[in-house]
Amino acid sequence: MSKRLRNILTPLIAVVLGIIVGTIIMLVSGYDPVAAYTALWNGAFGDVYYTGEVIRQVTPYILAGLAVAFAFRVGLFNIGVEGQFIVGWLAAVWVGVSFDLPKIIHLPLAIIAAMVAGGIWAFIPGLLKARFRVHEVIVTIMMNYIALHSVNYIINNKLNQGSSKTGMIHDSASLRSPWLQEITTHSTLHWGIIIAIIGCVFMWFLLEKTTRGFELRAVGFNQDAAHYAGMSVNKNIILSMVISGCFAGVAGAMEGLGTFGYMAVQGGFTGVGFNGIAVALLGGNTAIGVFFAALLFGALKIGALSMPLEAGVPKELVDIIIALIVFFVASSYIIRIVLDRFGKKEVK
Amino acid sequence: MEYVIEMLNIRKEFGNFVANDNITLQLKKGEIHALLGENGAGKTTLMNVLFGLYQPEQGEIRVKGKPVKISNPNIANDLGIGMVHQHFMLVDKFTVTENIILGKEITTGGRINLKKAEKEVRDISERYGLAVDPQAKISEISVGMQQRVEILKTLYRGAEILIFDEPTAVLTPQEIKELIQIMKTLIKEGKSIILITHKLREIMEVADRCTVIRKGKGIGTVNVSETNPNELANLMVGREVVFKTEKKEGIPKEDVLDVKDLVVKDARGIAVVNGLNLTVRAGEIVGIAGVDGNGQSEFIEAITGLRKAESGSIKLNDNELMGLTPRKITETGVGHIPQDRHKHGLVLNYPIAENMVLQTYYKKPFSKNGILNFKEIYSKAKKLIAEFDVRTPSEYALARALSGGNQQKAIIGREVDRNPDLLIAAQPTRGLDVGAIEFIHKRLIEQRDNGKAVLLVSFELDEIMNVSDRIAVIYEGRIVAVVNPKETTEQELGLLMAGSNRKEAGEGTHV
Repeated sequence: MSKRLRNILTPLIAVVLGIIVGTIIMLVSGYDPVAAYTALWNGAFGDVYYTGEVIRQVTPYILAGLAVAFAFRVGLFNIGVEGQFIVGWLAAVWVGVSFDLPKIIHLPLAIIAAMVAGGIWAFIPGLLKARFRVHEVIVTIMMNYIALHSVNYIINNKLNQGSSKTGMIHDSASLRSPWLQEITTHSTLHWGIIIAIIGCVFMWFLLEKTTRGFELRAVGFNQDAAHYAGMSVNKNIILSMVISGCFAGVAGAMEGLGTFGYMAVQGGFTGVGFNGIAVALLGGNTAIGVFFAALLFGALKIGALSMPLEAGVPKELVDIIIALIVFFVASSYIIRIVLDRFGKKEVK
Repeated sequence: MEYVIEMLNIRKEFGNFVANDNITLQLKKGEIHALLGENGAGKTTLMNVLFGLYQPEQGEIRVKGKPVKISNPNIANDLGIGMVHQHFMLVDKFTVTENIILGKEITTGGRINLKKAEKEVRDISERYGLAVDPQAKISEISVGMQQRVEILKTLYRGAEILIFDEPTAVLTPQEIKELIQIMKTLIKEGKSIILITHKLREIMEVADRCTVIRKGKGIGTVNVSETNPNELANLMVGREVVFKTEKKEGIPKEDVLDVKDLVVKDARGIAVVNGLNLTVRAGEIVGIAGVDGNGQSEFIEAITGLRKAESGSIKLNDNELMGLTPRKITETGVGHIPQDRHKHGLVLNYPIAENMVLQTYYKKPFSKNGILNFKEIYSKAKKLIAEFDVRTPSEYALARALSGGNQQKAIIGREVDRNPDLLIAAQPTRGLDVGAIEFIHKRLIEQRDNGKAVLLVSFELDEIMNVSDRIAVIYEGRIVAVVNPKETTEQELGLLMAGSNRKEAGEGTHV
C-alpha cells in the first residue's frame, strides 16, 4: 500500500470509527442513532442556510488548523493559536472601529492588523525558543492566558460601548455580504472563506515550492543537517512561529470582521485555537488535509445544533464524537498497523 | 552432517523489489558461520527472516532438521535463536541485570527478585568470560561492555544460536580482539554463531565457513581455510577488487588551508583543540591520524563553522574563515563530508534529489526569486546519481530508504560536484563495504589530481596510509608530527597517536 494512500485512509478510518463508537454510545444511552445522524446531516447540509453556517464556521477552523500545521511542519508545537486568535480578533475590530477609510484600504488594513497582532504574539515564544531554548509549548500556553485577560481588559476599559463589548466595525472593514446572506437565506456566511482558501494555497506554496519552505521543512526534519547546510536554524524557528501566528491572527479577523462585527469580553477561551490542533492532526499537517478536516469539524459543530430538536439527542454527543475522532487519529498507529497487514496480504 | 539451522532457497520480496532471491544458508553445530555481502545485499533481511521479523515468500527454515515456521521473534527465541543487534536495544537508565531480565523477570510474590537475577547473570557472565558487572548502569559502561550485555541477554534467554549483526562496527581495535575471544569461548561451550559482516579480516580470523550473497542472490558457501581475502572480496563484489588504491605521485602546489594556533573548546568548555597548526596544499591529500577524541571532530567543526573557535586563525586561500557562518564558509570553497551522515549529512525525510542540493538550493538554476525549480533539481540529481553510482529506486526516493553506502555516495557526489577548493572527508568510509570504499578512495584521489586540497580524517590506519600524501598525527588537540606514509609504519603511527614523541617512535622523515 502506498504511503500516500495510507495517509489518506488513516484519517478517514478514524472518522468512521468515531462515528461507529458514537453510534454505540447512543444505542447504550437509549437514543436513536439513525435519527441523530439524519438530524446531524440535515442540520449541516439539509438547507442552504445550514450550509452557509457550516462554511462560516469552517473559515476560522481552516486558518487555525493552518497555524498549528505550519508550526508543526517546522518541528514546533504552537499551542498558542488560541491566544494569537484572540489578539488578532481584537486588532481587526480595533482597526474596523477606529478608522474610516475606503473599503479597498480599510478591509485589508484590518486583516493585516490581525495578522501582525497574531504574528507578534507568536514571535515572543519563537524568540525565547531560538535564543534560550525555552520550550514553546509552555510559553504559548502562558501567552494564551495573557492574551485572554489583556484583551478583556482592553475591551472593558478602552473600547467598551456598553454591555462589555466593542462597537460595531464600519461597513468598510466588514467581510459581510448581503448577496452571500441572500443566497443562503440569511445565514451569517461572509467572504472569509475565500481568505481561508487563499491561506491554504499560500501555505502549500510557501512550504513546497519556495527556497524558504525548503529551509523551514529541513529545520523541521533535522536541525543539525540544516545547520550543516548553512541554513539559520534560529531564524527559521522564529519565522515559522511568526507565520503560524499570522494565520491564527487572520482566523481571529474572520470572527471580528465577518461573523460578529465586534468583540465581546470573553468568559473563557473560544476553543477555536484548540480545535485548530485537532484539525491539523486530522489533516496530517498538510494544507489540503487541513481544509477537509476543518470542513468535517465545521459540519459536525453546526449539524449538532439541530440534534436536540430533531432527534432529541443532546448536542454534547457531537463533542464526544469529535473527541473520539481525535482519539482515533492520535492512535492512528493502530490503524496503520492494520492497514499494513491488509496491504501485505494484497501483495500476496 | 548435523545442521542446527538450515535456511533453504529463501526468497523475500518487498513489493517489486527482491531482497533475497533463492538464498541457502546452513549452519553446523559449533561453527562460526560468516554471512558476507555488500551494504544492501540482503544480509539483514535474511537474518530478519530467520528471526521472525519478516515472512519469506518462498523457502523453508529447518531447526535441527525439523521444518519450522517462525512468525515472530518470540518463536525464534523459543527455538534458541538470539540476535545481537548492531544498534543496541538497551535501557540507558537501567542496570545490566535489569536490562537482561527485561521481559523475562524472575519474581517472587509479584516482586522482582533482583538478587537471584543478579546471581544468574553473574554465573552466565563468568561461564563465558564476559566480565560484566551485573549492577553497573548501562549509561556508565563502555560500548564494548554494552555489546556484551546484549550477548548476555541472548544467553540468558537460552539461545543456542547467536546472530551477530556487524558486531565490530562500533568497537575499538582492543574491544574487537576481546569480542573475538568471546566468540571462540561461546563455540567451545557448544553454541553456534552466524556473523554478519563485510570485514574480510575478521572472517579470516574467526569464521569456519562463509556464505556470500550479492545483490540479494546466494553466491555460495566456502570454507574459510581454503580461501583468501581476495577471493572473498571478488565473490562479494562480483569483480576484481583493488585493495591498494592506485595513485600517481601527487604534485602539491600552493597552500590552500592554513590553520594557525587554533583553539577550540568542546561543549564542556575544555580546549580539545589546543594550539593546532596545519597546512594543506592544493593537489595533496593530508590524512589526520589519531585516536578518537583527540580533537578531530572539533577541529573540523571549527573549519566548517559548525562550532565557534576560541582563537587562532583558519585561512582558506588567504580568506579568514574564523567567525564566518557555515553558509559563507561553504561559499568560500569548502566541501564537507561529515562524520555522521544521518545527523549532519542528510535530511533523511527529504527525497534523495533534494538532499543533492542541500547547500545550493537557493542558487540558480535550482531556484529563481525564491521559487524552487524542481525540474533542474531533479535533473541534477539524476546526473549525480548516475555519475556516483548511487543505487536508489529513483531520485524521488527518501534518503532514509537508501543503504548506508549509497547515502554516503550521494553525499560525496554532492560535495565533490560543488568542486570545492578544500574537501574535508571525515570518516568517509565508516561502515561501508570494500566496493564502496574503493570507489570513495578513487574519488578523493581524483579531487587531488584535479588540483584540489583534501583533508581526510579517519580512525582506520589502513585508510590513512593508503590514501594520504602526508599524514598529520593529532594528539590532545595538536598536530604532534607530520610524516610521509611511504617512510613510516603502522607501529610508528600507533606510538605517535599514543603520545610518544618522534625520537621514541623511531625514524620517520619530516616532510
